[in-house]
Amino acid sequence: MSIEEGDKLHVVTADDISDNKKRLGKFLVWGSALILALILFIQTLDTNAYLSLGLETWRPSLYAYGLWAFCLCASQVLTRGEHGKRVLFVLPAALFVISMVVFPLLFGLVIAFSDWNLSSPDGRTFNGLDNVRQMWGDPFYWNALKNMVWYTLVIIIEYVIAFGLAILLNSHIRARKFFRVAFLLPLMLSPVAVSWMIGKSMLEIRFGPISRFLRWLASEPSADLPAILFYPGMYISEIAQWFGWASPSFFGSAGIARAMIMAMDAWTFIPFMMIMILAGLQAIPRELYEASEVDGASRWRQFLEITFPLMLPVSITAVLIRIIFKLKLADIIINITSGGPGGATDSVTSFIFREYRDRSNVGYGTLLAIVYLVIIVIAMTILIKLADKWMKPRY
Amino acid sequence: MSNQIFRDSESDRQFSASWFTGRVFIYSILLLWAFICLFPIYWTITTSFKMAPDVMKGNITPWVDFTPKWLGWRSLGLSPETIGIESTVREEFLKRFWNSTIVSVCSSILAVGLGSCAAYGLSRFNYRFGFMRNSDISFFFLSQLILPPVVLALPFLVLYKSLNLLDTRIGLILLYTLTVLPIVIWIMRDQFSSIPTELEEAALVDGLSIWGAFTTIIMPIALPGMVAAFILSLVLTWNEYFFAALLTSSHAKTLPVMVASQTGSQGISWWSMAALSFAAILPLIVIAIILERYIIKGMAAGAVK
Repeated sequence: MSIEEGDKLHVVTADDISDNKKRLGKFLVWGSALILALILFIQTLDTNAYLSLGLETWRPSLYAYGLWAFCLCASQVLTRGEHGKRVLFVLPAALFVISMVVFPLLFGLVIAFSDWNLSSPDGRTFNGLDNVRQMWGDPFYWNALKNMVWYTLVIIIEYVIAFGLAILLNSHIRARKFFRVAFLLPLMLSPVAVSWMIGKSMLEIRFGPISRFLRWLASEPSADLPAILFYPGMYISEIAQWFGWASPSFFGSAGIARAMIMAMDAWTFIPFMMIMILAGLQAIPRELYEASEVDGASRWRQFLEITFPLMLPVSITAVLIRIIFKLKLADIIINITSGGPGGATDSVTSFIFREYRDRSNVGYGTLLAIVYLVIIVIAMTILIKLADKWMKPRY
Repeated sequence: MSNQIFRDSESDRQFSASWFTGRVFIYSILLLWAFICLFPIYWTITTSFKMAPDVMKGNITPWVDFTPKWLGWRSLGLSPETIGIESTVREEFLKRFWNSTIVSVCSSILAVGLGSCAAYGLSRFNYRFGFMRNSDISFFFLSQLILPPVVLALPFLVLYKSLNLLDTRIGLILLYTLTVLPIVIWIMRDQFSSIPTELEEAALVDGLSIWGAFTTIIMPIALPGMVAAFILSLVLTWNEYFFAALLTSSHAKTLPVMVASQTGSQGISWWSMAALSFAAILPLIVIAIILERYIIKGMAAGAVK
């Protein structure tokens, strides 16, 4: 890693690094790398039963890697002085991410093409493209992918609600702090707690308040109500009965179960989009509205001509981030429906989670995950490219 | 009789009527949404004080419909009578609570530390790492956000097994740091680029080293942003379930895993589940109410350029 000229923070440094220091720095890096290689070599021999040191874990290699990483950072300062100190800002984070992401991903690629059941004693065996073939014929995986498309599409509705709420919060209202905190709270709650609080208790068929409310709507209004309440009550109860709310069920049929999962996920994440949009709204200069009022624009025109176009970049950022979070959706599904009924609510993540939990099938699960990653990367790249295009000014 | 000279014309009165209906409309929607947001929390709190018949009858308002009882909290060992005596459930709960606290606080601190340094470096200097320039390095960090946890989960499971890190807090801390790091870098990059470089230039002229300038001049200015990033990481790591469910079993199990494992059993005792859920979400509710400003600031950081 080196530093180019033209930094934003330009500093003239007169580094006077002695040869000894440079040599020491090089020695540190290569010495620790040598130790790391040596330990890795010994451990490989040990696990393959060429040596019998009785090492139970790969911890020594981990420590050697840590030592090497530390020496690499130290040597940057020793050999390159002031420049090295600047590199030190980014290097630890980069090393951390590389060792935590790139290495497991490469390792994951190896696992993906092998038959590896953690509960079987055979250990890992390569099986070439068998996993791919199995995936091709696995209707549940394709079903989960299809569900993800539905789950992602709902973001449009979430976006509309979030935008509406943000506009309301941005208008002149009292008790703004109360509303902000109240609207923010769902985001703070853990999905597991939400899945119990709403999914398992409020949506419980017999005693849950929501099903009780729906049953109340569907029941015939009592005859001694005044006429002004009785007749609307009749209509409501007829409509409610038509929806089948007399005996509501939330996780029985595929469509409703999926809608319930969507609603719960939306409930937790609408505040997130709302706050991003609210921040964007507050950054729009007031003069624009004043000028348009002078020109006689109606509220609706103002929204169409000023608010929405100016909010487009923020909106796209918010929606993209929301999509990224949505693609990780799993906790609620695992805890409420575990994919049922018949895989109708399965997301890819929850499907792979069960694939591992029920069958300890590491090899196949990893392949599914990596295929998912590839699909996500392609889809997100296309989306970001499209978003860039849309964000260009129209005029 | 007094004659008014200036009267509201017909159109002005209409305006005030429409303004009034507008107000009513706005407030009713806001109140409706506030109700939607708050009712599940209210329901959980009240249910934790209910007894079986209250749950069956669907009583909602305490002291009106039903008399609050400590039933749910007693089963957790947290009610006034049981708080003094030994309780295995409470031990278990406190252990999980402590695990969650340690893991989320440590990983957030680590992520804010690593992420702030990286974001500062990227906002001030031009790096070149192989073919990668500054924007590429930034993209490399931020692109980790796209990575779904499920891709890393199984390789980590196997790796941690061979490293003996399975079911340890260290293992979880490292993984959680990784998951929140991109968010921290995103927020902090925004923070640092809004601080003028003249400040450090002056400090450097006065003889501070670059790290000295960073820690004594820049960090105090960027502190609100760091707090925002820290709290957001705290929320995300406290609530994390997926990795914790896969990688922990008995020793390092966190609170969400404990809550989830209780729901699976048939014939849930509602009051104790409500008490447990509420105890699990309470810290974050408190944080949300006290530090709402920072959370909103953190989430808004990337929105406005």
